[in-house]
Order: sequence, then structure tokens, then C-alpha cells
Amino acid sequence: MLDLDLTYRRGDFTLAARFSTKLGLTAITGPSGAGKTTLLNLIAGLLRPTTGHIRLDGTALKDMPPHRRRIGYVFQEARLFPHLSVRQNLRYGRLFAPAPAPATLAEITDLLDIGPLLDRRPRDLSGGERQRVAIGRALLAAPRLILLDEPLAALDAARKAELLPYLARLHDQMRLPMLYVTHHPTELRGLAESWLRVEGGVAAPAPAPDQ
Amino acid sequence: MADWFTAEEWTAIALSLKVAAWATLVSLPPGVAVAWLLARRPFPGRILLDGLVHLPLVLPPVVTGYILLILFGRQGPLGRLLAEIGIVLAFNWTGAVLACAVMAFPLLVRAIRLSLEAVDTRLEQAAGTLGAPPWAVFATVTLPLALPGVVAGAILCFAKALGEFGATITFVSNIPGVTQTLPSAIYSHLQVPGGDGPALRLTLVSAAIAIIALVASELLARRVRRRVEGADA
Repeated sequence: MLDLDLTYRRGDFTLAARFSTKLGLTAITGPSGAGKTTLLNLIAGLLRPTTGHIRLDGTALKDMPPHRRRIGYVFQEARLFPHLSVRQNLRYGRLFAPAPAPATLAEITDLLDIGPLLDRRPRDLSGGERQRVAIGRALLAAPRLILLDEPLAALDAARKAELLPYLARLHDQMRLPMLYVTHHPTELRGLAESWLRVEGGVAAPAPAPDQ
Repeated sequence: MADWFTAEEWTAIALSLKVAAWATLVSLPPGVAVAWLLARRPFPGRILLDGLVHLPLVLPPVVTGYILLILFGRQGPLGRLLAEIGIVLAFNWTGAVLACAVMAFPLLVRAIRLSLEAVDTRLEQAAGTLGAPPWAVFATVTLPLALPGVVAGAILCFAKALGEFGATITFVSNIPGVTQTLPSAIYSHLQVPGGDGPALRLTLVSAAIAIIALVASELLARRVRRRVEGADA
């Protein structure tokens, strides 16, 4: 369980976040620039809160460097390592993971349908393929929580439709808490268990959008 | 080909290659460390370190050589310390290595620093979220992506060391067979009547080695650019 109560200030920008999440998928919505990515970066440890605390399953994260947090992060732009093959990208997190991954490399490549891509380089992949590899890479590092920052944002409608079933499968098969930032709440209809809204400098639980 | 050059000239060519190779090897680890500090770690005194590294590029080589002589000469504070553990630099080929390393260091650091700065820090962050501690991020992401630049810098360092003259001759003099490198040998030939021929031959050798090094360096620099552009945006 993720439990946080923090503030973050940088120049004129402030973000106050207070919520806790349970297993399953938590969708994060809000207008552009409100601080959704900032919130994920704070949880991942790429930014440091000004005050407050972050706890994951009872461990305090605030002073822990990112590499010890075991929080998987699927970035908007995949961020695959360009000098490594898809297989090496997928295995990267295994080098450091203290726990077994929730699934084997074979299971993950099956789930995400990336078996035929294993020996390719990231630059030869389509946007949707890159995101699938990035998701697989994050899973194989045996995270306790997965952050997804608009993983569909860079994709056109057809690619989105292609990736969504994988996300649904991921949600059904991996018993992992997920925080999912999206601009399009409809994407997550039927998937999200709870909703957070980031707006006006505040991140707080919100009711599910009507649409 | 063997009789194009006299034994003494062969010695000078071989010594030059040996000195340049050692100067490059010795400068690489501190070169990577300093370049990384300058590229990635803002700290007070960074401008000072930057200036210090670039000093040999701006100072007359004879001044750099003289400073080395003061510090590392037999009577110098560092020279005496090193002599106690059996290392003599003054008027020795090892001194030529030091002089060449110091003179080439700015070029080496510059090339490595540029390639380190070109590495996308977002990839380093991604490696961190996958559990890689900072040293592993450097070893598995930063350095491999910057490697072509490191190699290009090393080749430039090698070429510069091969051509170093002023600081070397000031610090370790021009002793045939001991400290006489290619440029020093050319200089000696020019000091005697009728030495133009040998001087010209050795000049061609120097030019050939330098051109090969520069072309190799440029080809590698292009690879860096292609690799950085090939990174997923």
C-alpha cells in the first residue's frame, strides 16, 4: 500500500498530495501542467518532497534513493537503452532485483507479445512496441509498485487500441499496485479501481469521472 | 623501409610511440573522472578545476615544462618524494610521459566531457528506477553511450602526446635514446648543417601519424552523433 502526505515547492509551483492507494489500478487525471508527472517523480525518488512523507508497504521512502525503492516506472517516452537489444533491455533490471520477478522473461514476452522483437534494437521499434518493452522491462525488475506516465500519449488511435488490451491483461494477471497518469479517462474505464485528481496544486482522491 | 631511417631515428620513433601510448593510458582514468565531475557534478570550485585543466593549453609549453621541472625535478618537492620510492622522472622517458600527459590532458577531458554531456540523463534515471545503483548506471549506461567519445579523446590525446615538444624538452631535455622523441629529433637535425633531409623524413612520419589519428578520431566522433540521434526520443 502506498501512503503519502507531502508538499513539493519549486519556484512558483507547489503541489500538495495526500492520499493512499491499495492494490489494483489507480488512475491519475488532471489538466496539463498540474503536476501529474511531478507526483510520479516524487514517488519514484527522481524529485525530493519539500516536506512530508511517502510510505510504501510501511517503509519510509522519502530519504531512499530511487534504485532502492523498487518502484517500476514506465515513462511517456519509453526511455529504452539505445545501445542494448530488446532482450538486454528487458533483462537489465534482473541484474539488480533482490526478489524474483512476478513473471519470467518468457511469460512477460508472451503477455506483451514482444517475443519476435527480442533481438532488435529500440530504434527499430514502433512507438507501441517500445512502450510494451518498457512495461516488460519495468515488470522484470520485480517492482512493488508500477508508475505509468501516459504510456499511450505518444501513440495514435490505432496504436492505442493495440496497446490497451495488454494493459488490461497486465492488470488482470499481475497482482501489482499501479498508478496510471492519463489525459483520457475513458481509456481506463473498467480498469481503474480508484481515481486521483491533480489540479490547482493539490493531488487528492476523486470520484470516478462520469463519462 | 628499415633503411629509410638510421638506428637513432628508429629509436626516436619508437620512443615517441611508447611515450604517447603511456601518456594516453595514464591520463584516461583521471581524464574520465575529471570530465565526469565537470559534466555532471556542479560543485564550488568547478570553474577553478576547469581552468586548471585547460592551463596547459594556454600557457607556453616551455612554462609548463619549467613548472614540471620545479615540482618533479630531482630537487623538487614531488620529485624528491617520488625518488624515495624509486621513481625518477627528470631527464627520463617517464618524465616525457608526464609532460605529454599534462599537455594532452585538456584535449582528452574536453572530448570525454562533450560525449558525457550528450548522454541523455533521462536514460540514467530510468536505469535508477530499475534498481541500478549510481556506479552501475555509470558503468552500464553512461560510459557505454559515451564510449566513442572517450575513444576519440584518447586518440586525440595520443596524437597530441606524439607531437609534444616544448614541455618535454624543457623537463627531460633531448637525450638520444633516452628522452629524444620525434619532435626533439627533428629539432636536433635542424640544428646541424645538412640536417634538412633527415628532418624532412621525420616530419613526414609525424604528419602521417597525426593525420591517421585525426581521421580515426573524426570517424568515431560521427559514430557518437549517430548513436545519440538513434536514441529513442
